[in-house]
Amino acid sequence: MSDNNIIDLKNITVEYDGEQVLKGLDLSIRDGEFVTLLGPSGCGKTTTLRIIGGFVEPDSGDVFFDGQRINGVQPYRRQVSTIFQRYALFPHLNVYENIAFGLRVKKVPEKELKVRVREAIELVGLRGFEKRHIDTLSGGQQQRVAIARSLVTRPKVLLLDEPLAALDLKLRKDMQVELKNIQKTLGITFIFVTHDQEEALSMSDTVIVMDKGVIQQIGTPQDIYNEPVNAFVADFIGESNIVDGVMLRDGLVRFAGQSIPCVDKGFEKNEPVDVVIRPEDIDVVEKGKSPLSGTVDSVTFKGVHYEAIVDVDGFKWMIQTTDLIREGEEIGILLNPDDIHVMKKSEYSGMFGDYSSFSDEMDTISQPDYDPEGESLPAEDEE
Amino acid sequence: MKKKSLSSRLVGSPYYVWAAIFIVVPVIMVLYYSLTDRNGSFTLSNIADLRLYADTLVLSVWLGAIATAVCFVISYPIAYILSRAKASTQRTLMLLVMLPMWINLLLRTYSWMTILEDTGIINSLLAKIGIGPVHMINTSGAVVLGMVYNFMPYMIMPLYSVMTKIGRNTIEAAQDLGASSLQVLCRVVFPMSVPGIASGITMVFVPCVSTFYISQKLGGTGYTLIGDVIDTQFTNNARNMGATLSLILMVMIIICMLVMNQFTSDDDEGAMLV
Repeated sequence: MSDNNIIDLKNITVEYDGEQVLKGLDLSIRDGEFVTLLGPSGCGKTTTLRIIGGFVEPDSGDVFFDGQRINGVQPYRRQVSTIFQRYALFPHLNVYENIAFGLRVKKVPEKELKVRVREAIELVGLRGFEKRHIDTLSGGQQQRVAIARSLVTRPKVLLLDEPLAALDLKLRKDMQVELKNIQKTLGITFIFVTHDQEEALSMSDTVIVMDKGVIQQIGTPQDIYNEPVNAFVADFIGESNIVDGVMLRDGLVRFAGQSIPCVDKGFEKNEPVDVVIRPEDIDVVEKGKSPLSGTVDSVTFKGVHYEAIVDVDGFKWMIQTTDLIREGEEIGILLNPDDIHVMKKSEYSGMFGDYSSFSDEMDTISQPDYDPEGESLPAEDEE
Repeated sequence: MKKKSLSSRLVGSPYYVWAAIFIVVPVIMVLYYSLTDRNGSFTLSNIADLRLYADTLVLSVWLGAIATAVCFVISYPIAYILSRAKASTQRTLMLLVMLPMWINLLLRTYSWMTILEDTGIINSLLAKIGIGPVHMINTSGAVVLGMVYNFMPYMIMPLYSVMTKIGRNTIEAAQDLGASSLQVLCRVVFPMSVPGIASGITMVFVPCVSTFYISQKLGGTGYTLIGDVIDTQFTNNARNMGATLSLILMVMIIICMLVMNQFTSDDDEGAMLV
């Protein structure tokens, strides 16, 4: 990874039918980075990708590639390549010719073409499939053809638009590892769009969390998970209990009727804040051994741990613990100072992080990206 | 199993009856008449007499081929623009393509006569600005024009149908890989629309070759086509020769369809071939 930026977006605004899809977006991506744009559908992540690819012209703002302004440059003249959501392979060509397409249109000599296509086929592990018709391939194999087809043109930046969304869970995990390996081997920049937070955390050098056309947070996966900037990020990435609190002074926050030591500082005295506690950070102890306590509402066995909904001072918390606890039991809740993360109040305060109406099904339905029809992204042509 | 096949056969039976009466019986009758003389006894003289009509056959195929080619050249860009337009625009434009088909073929051809005649609309307009008159009616050009005008929707529809199936993503992927607009057209859109091209060509070429009315009205006596000859044979009660000519036309059409079928794979719904 080098220090110079390969892509710079400056103050990008995009509007569709009077609706602002991107609102003054600023973004810099370093050469050789694996960057993920993460957010619910309609957050503007696909539009951002299409601006870099050259398929969408921003209404205002500038796009730079390697320091050069590339607004208005046609997609076929850009040194980026896109892997589309449904791969968009050419059904009239076989695997070999699909991969060779980008070299044929650039009139690469046959000898060089053969070598490069062979390399690409090896890279994605499709040897022996050269003559196969696209229709006869599985989803995973089609995905590999799409990757090889893009990489064979040696782009400086590879744009991936939810490339794993159509694959089943097992295959998706394998492809995550494989994509990451390919990126490391080639050392080129990958810009990956997904709404799957786990995928984002496990693959990326940098995660960019977006919502409503605005970047909410940019950081390493660890930063994003451990130090979310607001309730949206905290809720979108993993499970979180988000409770109302007051910052009494540096290192001391009051919530759930108790004053608890924490490591956060830099807030005003008595500033109202959002307090994030990750369910897996909570220690369950005997009642009375900690100032915080609650009543267990329900317990679900999840294999690795139990997942309990606990009533703490009228607010429902989720707790993940390996200790055996029973419904109706009164438990003590122990928090170390670094288990607590304090955030400034934002427009998202109070919208997330309460488990009072929680069930697995409810969780899916209330996810911002839940769509009963499957896929419906704006600016996406459904085939 | 057996019961199911029986019931499905029963469901299909009206079609079989229909096909027998309106397809099989007429074909047998054509065969019978073409191999018999006026008195009903067997003869091959009708087939031997075909050589008298060789010129007409060649002319029919030639004019049909030109009309099909012209149709294709005009329809392809129209179909492409149609398929890339907004959904509401597509509906309106499609209606405009179909609209002439609501008017009777005879009426449309008569209209062309009044437009193309030596004293017709075009020539009187030309006379006003001091040009002409240009002789247009009763030329091969007029016949081709009539064919193109009447059969163009049959070319546009199958082309439009396959082109709407080419996703925007597929075209974007080609651009993304470095293909210019021309390369996208030659390497992606054109090959992917081959099934539509094949069925469009068949659907225009077949009626063009066998047409008789258009050539009579717009071509005068100079451009008698195979369809006209068959028409005259039957109206002059020479049905044996007429049947032989019909038979040879049928054979030509079947050959044409077999050739075109090579370009349409089974799973291409866009193709409208039988």
